[in-house]
Amino acid sequence: MPEIPQSESKGTIRVVHLYPREMSIYGDLGNTRCLEKRIQRHGYTAEVVGHNPGEPFPEDGHLFVGGGGQDSGQVRVEDDLERNADIIRSLASDGTPMLMICGMYQLFGNAFITVEGNRLPGLGILDVTTQGNAKRMIGPVVLETVVGKVVGYENHSGSTTLGHGQEPFGTVLHGFGNNGTDRTEGARTGNVFGSYLHGPILPANPGLADLLIGLAATRATGRPFEPEPLTDGVADEARGRQVRRLLGIAS
Amino acid sequence: MLRTTAAVIAGKAARAASRVRGGGGSAFPGLVAERVDPRFLEHALADVREGVVVVTGTNGKTTTTRMLVALLRAHGKRVLTNPTGSNFTRGVISSMLKDLPLSGRARADIAVLELDEAHALKFAEVVAPSHALLLNVARDQLDRFAEIDHTARLLERLAGQATEGVVLNIDDPYVARSREVIPEGVTVRYFGLDASIAHRLPEILETDVRFAEEYAPPESGDGAGFLRPRDEREFDIVVPGGEDIGPVALQQRGLAAMINATAATTTARMVLGDAFSPGTAARALAQVRPPFGRGEVVDVDGQPLELVLVKNPAGFTVALSTYGSEPVATMIAINDDYADGRDVSWLYDVSFESLRGRGVAMTSGIRAYDMALRLQYDDVPVDAIEPALVPALDRFISAHRDEPKRLFCTYTAMMSLRRTLAARYDLPEFGEEAADA
Ligand SMILES: [Zn+2]
Repeated sequence: MPEIPQSESKGTIRVVHLYPREMSIYGDLGNTRCLEKRIQRHGYTAEVVGHNPGEPFPEDGHLFVGGGGQDSGQVRVEDDLERNADIIRSLASDGTPMLMICGMYQLFGNAFITVEGNRLPGLGILDVTTQGNAKRMIGPVVLETVVGKVVGYENHSGSTTLGHGQEPFGTVLHGFGNNGTDRTEGARTGNVFGSYLHGPILPANPGLADLLIGLAATRATGRPFEPEPLTDGVADEARGRQVRRLLGIAS
Repeated sequence: MLRTTAAVIAGKAARAASRVRGGGGSAFPGLVAERVDPRFLEHALADVREGVVVVTGTNGKTTTTRMLVALLRAHGKRVLTNPTGSNFTRGVISSMLKDLPLSGRARADIAVLELDEAHALKFAEVVAPSHALLLNVARDQLDRFAEIDHTARLLERLAGQATEGVVLNIDDPYVARSREVIPEGVTVRYFGLDASIAHRLPEILETDVRFAEEYAPPESGDGAGFLRPRDEREFDIVVPGGEDIGPVALQQRGLAAMINATAATTTARMVLGDAFSPGTAARALAQVRPPFGRGEVVDVDGQPLELVLVKNPAGFTVALSTYGSEPVATMIAINDDYADGRDVSWLYDVSFESLRGRGVAMTSGIRAYDMALRLQYDDVPVDAIEPALVPALDRFISAHRDEPKRLFCTYTAMMSLRRTLAARYDLPEFGEEAADA
């Protein structure tokens, strides 16, 4: 990858990592690191802030990311999400880019139904409902998406169903995806993306990272995204190898 | 009794047969013995009167078990252990069979058994341990346990099973919080870091988010031991209200090894009581050789090549801070087979910034490109990427022939690279050692 351009910054993009302490497992922090580095490499200034339960919500963020967590972590953030639900919903409907992985993806849905049948309401930004399961869906994943093939690793016990007309994030070529049966993975509404993919998802799939950064750059500067040409040879090779290996294509 | 003898004979026969077929520390002989006598383990340990100690936790089991065995033997005890690291009950039986008399009753004073978290509980259902040493809970082998909260629950249940004493890591909230389930009459002792190096805690511990309030360590109480390092392999164990132990000099470098030694020593003091001697302990620890892959050094054409096993974020971070302090030519080999952990996401929970100055000469293994990508995001230069392990090793060695080298690898990458190195250089034989460090 090229060095960070020395020329004048094209603008400041504020990335908000929601609940970095409670909801950042299995390397999800790597998504935040990836965004920060790529924003800089595209010639913008990156400002990364963490939002913790109880703190004032950073409404001025241009890009929001959230990860997976232990069940206990999820419980810790539910109150805070509920308190800020209206702000987050209006940011989402206003076109703010968001990437929510695993546990946070579930919390952005309509509800999580526990194994015991209790219904825990979510933000309802994505029209999905998750049913707690005894069986975990674990393993490497390959998807077909709007940014091409995407690789990652899933590890979830919740089984998610899309509401009528809800667009998925991708189609499963290898792995379980939302529920292991309908070949959908994740969900997308406007600029809000939900997915089960760890890996973490962004470093090996820079097309998705740049899609989010582009949307955030426009929000931050009011101008169209002005990307630098980045060489992603290593990421492309890492992803290509996983795709060929998992889909059984001879390399 | 007759049944046990029959089980010993059947087990020994199975062991001989599996050795002929070239099997190492397989669980098969144990399975055979257990078939013939379902209460085999209980019988085998019936004459072990001074204690059955279970060592468990995510990181450091193998090293700590070795150290504890050495400490007890140095105090004149006959110790039964599972040195091949077959850390599940059938594996324990298999490893015992070689030395077991036909009576099926082991002739030992104390048993020290390394067991992983799930198998420690299974073992405790058959034989109640007198003592349990709980080292830590870290993210690892996610395919098996899925969540660290779950692992913590396993350890907590084990802590409740010990009949005489439990030794807990006071710095690890997942471990220390299990004191609440320990029944009255069972002694609880703690080991941990001295205040002088408490700042290193964040890099080796997971954050416990199960509770809203910050973790506050309990009173350390009697018999605790705290690690105070002098340098990378020399340290003292501070004993509040008692005689400090040290200086102790280990053969193995690094904070992790010193913490393991502190845990082992605290446990040995508890088991031995008044018979414990600080001088004997320091001499015993100085003799312990590092287990396979934990800083083992291979002489490659007159230059040292250090082999370092990495398998989870806490372990890799500690390894980097131990070994990264002296920059040498570095290769990293990452596989993602079952024994390695199939998810490589954890590489993003490790900071590689300490390698930035010197760079990494080679990344290899099935996920060589993912490793190189990870390093790019920490601005660590990578000279070469070669997924095939042996060609990568050859290129690495020939490009850095006249200098010290270091090789970080995941478990299966380590197994295969060590095999290659053993065939070329003079390496001690090793059995089938455990994936658990
Ligand atoms: Zn997950």
